[in-house]
Amino acid sequence: MSVSIQQLTKVFGEQTAVNGISFEANEGMITGFLGPNGAGKSTTMKMATGYIRPTSGKIIVDGIDVEENPIAAKRIIGYLPEHNPLYLDMYVREFLGFVASAYSLRNAKKRVEEMIELVGLERERSKRLSALSKGYRQRVGLAKSLIHDPKVLILDEPTSGLDPNQILEIRQVIKNISANKTVILSTHIMQEVEAICDHVVIIDRGNMVANDELSKLKEGLGNTSGIIMEFEKPVNTVVFTEAGFELKDYGKNAYLIESDRSDLRAELLRITSEHDLPLSSLTKAQNSLEEIFHRLTQGKAS
Amino acid sequence: MISIFIKEVNEFLNSLIAYVVIGVFLIGIGLLMWVFPDTNILDYGYASLEPLFSFGPYVFMFLIPAITMKSFAEERRTGTIELLQTLPFRDSQIILGKFFAGFFLVLFSVIPTLVYYFSVSSLGNPVGNLDTPGIIGSYIGLVLLGGVFTSIGILSSALTGNQIVSFILAAFLSFFFYTGIDSVASINVWADWSYYISEFGIMAHYSSISRGLLDLVDIVYFVSLIAIMLLLTQLIIGSRK
Repeated sequence: MSVSIQQLTKVFGEQTAVNGISFEANEGMITGFLGPNGAGKSTTMKMATGYIRPTSGKIIVDGIDVEENPIAAKRIIGYLPEHNPLYLDMYVREFLGFVASAYSLRNAKKRVEEMIELVGLERERSKRLSALSKGYRQRVGLAKSLIHDPKVLILDEPTSGLDPNQILEIRQVIKNISANKTVILSTHIMQEVEAICDHVVIIDRGNMVANDELSKLKEGLGNTSGIIMEFEKPVNTVVFTEAGFELKDYGKNAYLIESDRSDLRAELLRITSEHDLPLSSLTKAQNSLEEIFHRLTQGKAS
Repeated sequence: MISIFIKEVNEFLNSLIAYVVIGVFLIGIGLLMWVFPDTNILDYGYASLEPLFSFGPYVFMFLIPAITMKSFAEERRTGTIELLQTLPFRDSQIILGKFFAGFFLVLFSVIPTLVYYFSVSSLGNPVGNLDTPGIIGSYIGLVLLGGVFTSIGILSSALTGNQIVSFILAAFLSFFFYTGIDSVASINVWADWSYYISEFGIMAHYSSISRGLLDLVDIVYFVSLIAIMLLLTQLIIGSRK
C-alpha cells in the first residue's frame, strides 16, 4: 500500500474543507483525484505532502506517517503544487540544482541534465525562469518534482494552462514514469482522467463521493462505454455475433459494441474488411465520466 | 540549511540588493566619517572610529530591514513558501538559512570599514596611537547588533505577507530595541527600576562592549536576543500550517 489516507479531516475556522476522506493509491497506478473547484482537492494534497497539518486523520506514505515523520515523507514524495510556484529569478539549471541540493542528491549535476531532457527543456536550459512561458514553467515544476526519483508523485492540476500539444506531452511524461511509482493527480479535465488514470476518487465539498477503478465506476453507474460502429447501408450483423461480439442497436445502421478487449477496434475492422462491409465510421462511445462527475457532484446540491 | 543559505546569498547577488546595501552603507558611513563637517574625525581631532560605531546602528536600522523584508513575505506572496516547505527542510533550517544569509551580507558590508582602522591609525599622533581593544570590542558589538537587527527583520517578514509592512515593523522594532527601551527606562515614573529596564535594551550592552570590555553577559544577551527572535519566527511559521 503506497499512499493511504485515513479519515482525513481539515477544518479552517468554521469551514470543513475536507471531511473524513479515506482512500488508497497503489504503486504502478495513476489515481485521478476529481472534484469541482473548492471541493478540497488541493487541501488534501497539501496535507498529503506535509505542507499543512490535518485537523484529524492520518496519511501514510510508503509506511511513513507524514505528520510524525515529515522529513522522511518529503524525501519520497514529489509534489507539483497548484499554480506551480517557482523562484522566477533563478535560471533553469540553478533552480533544479537548488532542489537537488535540498534532497542532497549525490549526482546532482547529472540528475539535473537528465530531468531537463526528460521534460523536454533542452532549448530553455540556460534561461531564467521568468523568461519561460507557462508551459515550460510547468515542465520545470514537473522536473522539480521528479528529480529525486520519488516513490510517490502528487500533482495538483499538472496540465492546467497548457496548450493541447503540451498537455499530451506532459501526460505522456507522467504515464511513462508512473510504472513503478504511485501517482495521484488532480484535474477537472475528464478526458485526462480517461486518458491516463486507472483509479478515480471524486470528492465534493469535502466529502468523498466515489472511489473506484475507472472502468468499474462507469459500469457501476450503468453507463455505456464501447465502440459505435456505423454502416452506409443495412448489413447482416451475424458475422459479428459469430465472432463473439454482442451488438446493440444504436440508431440507423449503427451498433454499439461493449467490450473490454483492448484490440476491439482492430478486430472489428478486420471483420468488416474480411466481409467487405460498407463501414462508414468507427467511434468510441460518448465519454460518460463527465456525466458521472456531474451526477455525483451536482445531485447533492439540489 | 546550507542549500537555503546559498540560494539566499545568490538571490542577493543576482538582484541589486547586495550591491545597494553594501554600497549605501559604505557611502553613508564614509561620508559621516570623513566628509560631513559635524561628524568627521578630521575635525574631531581624536584618532578613533567613533562615527562608525555611533552612526552604524542607525544606518543598519534602515538597511537591514530592507535586506530581510523579502525573506518570508515574498515567499508567501508568490507561494514559493509551499515549494520550500514541501522540500525536506525543517522549518528551523529554512529560518537559519535565511538568517545567516542576511547576516553574511551585514558582515560583508562591515568588513571594508576595516580600512578605516588603518587610515585612522596612520593619521594618529604618534602613528598607531589608537584604542585597539576598544575598536575590536566595538566591531564585535556592531556585528552582533547587525545579527539582532537581522533576526528582528526575519521575524517581521514572517509576520506579514507585505514587504512594506515588514520593513516598517522591522525598522521600528530595531529602533525600539536599540534606543527605545533605554528611553523608556529613563521615564521618571519607574526611576527605581530604570537600571533593570535599560538592561533589556541593546544600548546598554552595545556601549559596554564598545568600551572594549568583552563581558560574557553582553555576548549572551545578544545571542539570546537573536535566538528569541528566531524561535518566535519558527512559532509563526509553524502555526501557519
